[in-house]
Amino acid sequence: MTLSRWKLILVAVAVVFGLLFALPNVLPQTARDNLPGFMPRETLNLGLDLQGGSYLLLEVDTDALRTERLTNMVEDVRTQLGEKRIAFSGLGVVGGSVVLRITDPADVPAATRQLRETIGAALAGVAGGRDVTVSTETDQRLRLSFVPEAFAAEAARAVEQSQEIIRRRIDELGTREPSITRQGLNRIVVAAPGESDPEKLKSILGQTAKLTFHLVDETADINQALAGRIPPGSILVPGDDIQPYYVVKRRALVTGEMLTDAQAGFDQRGGLPIVNFRFNGTGGRRFGDATRANVGRRFAIVLDNKVVSAPNINEPITGGSGQISGNFTTESANNLAILLRAGALPTRLNVEEQRTVGAELGADAIAAGKISTIVGFVAIMVFMLLAYGALFGGISVVALLVNGLLIIGAMSATQATLTLPGIAGLILTLAVAVDANVLIYERMRDEFRAGRTLVVAMDSGFSRAMSTIIDANLTTLLAAMMMFQFGAGPVKGFAWTLSIGVITSVFSAVLITQVLLAWWFKAARPKTLPIA
Amino acid sequence: MWPLIKILPVKTNFQFVQFARYAAILSAIAVVASLAKALIPFAPPCGGLNCGIDFKGGTVLELSTAPRAVDLSKLRASVDRMALGDVQVQAFGAPTEALVRFQTPAGANPAQTVDKVKATVREALGQVEFERTDVVGPKVSGELFVSGILALGLSILLMLIYIWFRFELQFGIGAVVALFHDVFLTFGIIAFFRLEFSLTTVAAILTVIGYSMNDTVVVFDRLRENLRKYKRMPLREVIDLSINETLSRTVITGLTALLALAGLAIFGGPTLFGMSLVLMFGIVIGTYSSIYVAAPVILLWGVKRGDEPAEPVKPATVRLQGRGP
Repeated sequence: MTLSRWKLILVAVAVVFGLLFALPNVLPQTARDNLPGFMPRETLNLGLDLQGGSYLLLEVDTDALRTERLTNMVEDVRTQLGEKRIAFSGLGVVGGSVVLRITDPADVPAATRQLRETIGAALAGVAGGRDVTVSTETDQRLRLSFVPEAFAAEAARAVEQSQEIIRRRIDELGTREPSITRQGLNRIVVAAPGESDPEKLKSILGQTAKLTFHLVDETADINQALAGRIPPGSILVPGDDIQPYYVVKRRALVTGEMLTDAQAGFDQRGGLPIVNFRFNGTGGRRFGDATRANVGRRFAIVLDNKVVSAPNINEPITGGSGQISGNFTTESANNLAILLRAGALPTRLNVEEQRTVGAELGADAIAAGKISTIVGFVAIMVFMLLAYGALFGGISVVALLVNGLLIIGAMSATQATLTLPGIAGLILTLAVAVDANVLIYERMRDEFRAGRTLVVAMDSGFSRAMSTIIDANLTTLLAAMMMFQFGAGPVKGFAWTLSIGVITSVFSAVLITQVLLAWWFKAARPKTLPIA
Repeated sequence: MWPLIKILPVKTNFQFVQFARYAAILSAIAVVASLAKALIPFAPPCGGLNCGIDFKGGTVLELSTAPRAVDLSKLRASVDRMALGDVQVQAFGAPTEALVRFQTPAGANPAQTVDKVKATVREALGQVEFERTDVVGPKVSGELFVSGILALGLSILLMLIYIWFRFELQFGIGAVVALFHDVFLTFGIIAFFRLEFSLTTVAAILTVIGYSMNDTVVVFDRLRENLRKYKRMPLREVIDLSINETLSRTVITGLTALLALAGLAIFGGPTLFGMSLVLMFGIVIGTYSSIYVAAPVILLWGVKRGDEPAEPVKPATVRLQGRGP
């Protein structure tokens, strides 16, 4: 029973590091802040199911983006061909493309040229290339489609942009350390710990907040428009309590991008909640010009395709600022101000998954986890003491304690998330840790009974049990790897805890046991195996 | 007396293989029954399992009206009026708490629907604290289901490859037959007790796979060693010897794991109760299968032994030997 020096050093180093990294967990916050710089100060990173909080999986609706682009394209085609006085029919969206039929065959080349030059956006790096292709088909038909790669790039840009705007909106809410991460092609995960209100979070992320100002088309007849006869260049928009629908000019006077600031406030006369806003230079000039030219008419403030209010233009508004009144509560005015400051999302976001746990429930879960871990720990220790006696049982208890220390240290150091199922993984790990001890002890008993001397029995007990231990634990690690790869949220936490536990328990059960047994052997010079 | 390990007989000599045939019949019946219970009715995606929202999509609300008790009938009436799919209202833990589950109607926005339901419940019950809100959309639940099945399948495949690589193909096949046995029976248990089948349950099953393999590997390891040591001993005797030699370890480790998990089941709260139950059953099944499924499969198949020519034990011989003294 000899002990190589490097094993001793390894054990000592591991225990010291375990202590160092586990220490912050038992210190109060103030003591942690005063730790010297070289000391780690991270505590266990509790999952949302333990500390309470909200997890939202948002999907950027790229289909809606495509639909919007196609609708715009239809309008652009109408405008462009109208300018060139080319007659056409059957303009519409079919299967992801815009199709139309040119009435006069002689006009087809001119129409194709005009559309090729004007529709869509220029492609970067391709001279004369655009992100829309115009193809001619039989019977004077034209088809306009997106270049797939260009649309994919646009969708990717929309996701990036959404992520940025989500960050700004949540920052405005003042939520504590939210994490906003991209997942897959078009998904964004928002994890906000603490007692944040999930409904508020959702309402603030669920709105596109696309703000536009349009002139009201007073010449149009609402009933005619509802029947589908909308004047060219105008659109039908759902309205407020005062007027259920509005027909407004398609072209926006100013848009939300031209805002520099928005604040919730109160109307000076009625004391009702309103939102004050300020335009940038361009926006202020354009709004000034437009209101000057249209005194006496109404303009509609459209938010996410719905008229919020449609005030009269009593005089030119040239100060570069204004206010939105509508049916606001203090809270909704506040929310709108936040949304306007943070900017509009490029397209709709859909909440695909939501998991919210109240802080109280999380605290309950932590308490339950603590109790069951302690109960499991004590049960195993008592069992081992009973089964293998004070010495060998005691050695495995020490190994188990060191194992617990190493797990907490490793979990804190890697900032792996500890979830409720993760606690179950932790408890199971304890049993697995004991298994390594049991394998070693049983092997020693076999060898000793087979007539080997004590030293030989102990040494070969270790070396023979070793291959079994490695084989047996690698299988658990493989299973954990699968969970980590395919599991979501809490299951990932479980897999991570299980993996860390398997590694530390093999380490402590094998090395700690070996060191302690070697010391005992040196000190007591025993002739017989106490457990044989 | 103490340490207790001394009470365990030094050398056990159970004739495990002798009973392998009966065990095989028992296992086969149990597997068929489990599969039937878990699969019938053949309705995708969950069959006879009590699928949670992870795999089915939908919403779970855990609410508390503390310190008042929840008026369940009022709560049920208010939610029933909302024309949601598959509504379940049940007591949960303390009498001040309740659980509401429902499916979002087709075409409706799940996130908006849950906000509406919360408003309705608040109207009906007054002061309500929503302690947990889980909403899983149809797209995500489908993906979670596929990745859950994929994780199970791939981990079994990984085990096969690992055992094949470390031992022999026959061992690998024995281990994998045992794994399928364990997984099917665990599914049967889940279906039988109407435990919720969720992501956490899949994690539990994967852990059972890990534990069962752990157990099987310990027996196999000893088997391989004994096969080298006793070249002349008939295979069935080597198998019996190896199982007997590892028996004390099997019992002790199984007991500690069960002890620790019992603590989890009792004190871990309702969320972990199902998981710990699955783990406990899985450990018992996994221990049984190492002895009575994995090892006998090797007996059926035969193994190469050292420098001797391979002489597979034919099934007929096994049956003959099984009746032997």
